[in-house]
Amino acid sequence: MGILLAILYIFLGIGVIFNCLGSIGLLRFPDVYTRLHASTKATTFGSIFTSFAVIIYSFSRWNVSGDSKFVVLALHAIVALICLIITNPTGAHAIARAAHRSGVMPKQAVIDQLKEAKLE
Amino acid sequence: MLDFIITFLLSLIVYLFLVASTGEIAGLWSIFEIILGIILSIIVSIIATKVLFQKRSYRMLNPLRWVIFLIYLIGPFFFAMAKANIDVAYRVITGRINPGIVKISPGLKTDLGITMLADSITLTPGTLSVDIDEKNNDLYIHWINVTTLKPTTYHICANFPHWIRRITE
Repeated sequence: MGILLAILYIFLGIGVIFNCLGSIGLLRFPDVYTRLHASTKATTFGSIFTSFAVIIYSFSRWNVSGDSKFVVLALHAIVALICLIITNPTGAHAIARAAHRSGVMPKQAVIDQLKEAKLE
Repeated sequence: MLDFIITFLLSLIVYLFLVASTGEIAGLWSIFEIILGIILSIIVSIIATKVLFQKRSYRMLNPLRWVIFLIYLIGPFFFAMAKANIDVAYRVITGRINPGIVKISPGLKTDLGITMLADSITLTPGTLSVDIDEKNNDLYIHWINVTTLKPTTYHICANFPHWIRRITE
């Protein structure tokens, strides 16, 4: 259990650090697009690691005790992970697109080819 | 009919995956759960068949494509994602940004491929897909650290289009 516990703590630590950095980025960055960078990438990566910790923990407990509720925990964590990886970038894209279409321009931008292209 | 059967099987597998716990059949499911799963899957596939097979292409049924997809997820994609997060962490701490929206032409033809590329781009180094030109599948990318005003596809997403072309086309 010693090595396993160490791996669990490392995974949880990485997850918490990246989620924390994502939250700090939300406060520090100047406009909606750069904030989306912080909130999507950092929190997805952090949540992947916390989910890995849950999956490893539940499989190890299942290995020791043979109780099927730990399998259920692991399977549900896997489903949550897949949904997170699919929905997080999609949501970020939807917010960014809506923001640009409603006229929020990126601050400090050196180039904006979408504005030049004039879609719609 | 093939569309209906595939949708039915997919939703049944997802249902059984979600309700797996101690039961009589294979040590995981009870008979009640399986019957309920079949009924619900029939209802779902009546509704969702048209959504899942809009263009009637059965390309993704080839298991080899899913193997390549898994290799892509675990190998280059996860590596790029780890790099992206360290990059964003660096920018959060130092506040050094140089943002801009640039256009790239990955040259992918299918809807699934362009969706997958846009999602991959959003999760990888300093880039966020903002909009798409649906006529020729050009992507508009918000880049947090613009290093060149005329970027090629390689600057934004390395060799992801090659992988995705292998998976979806």
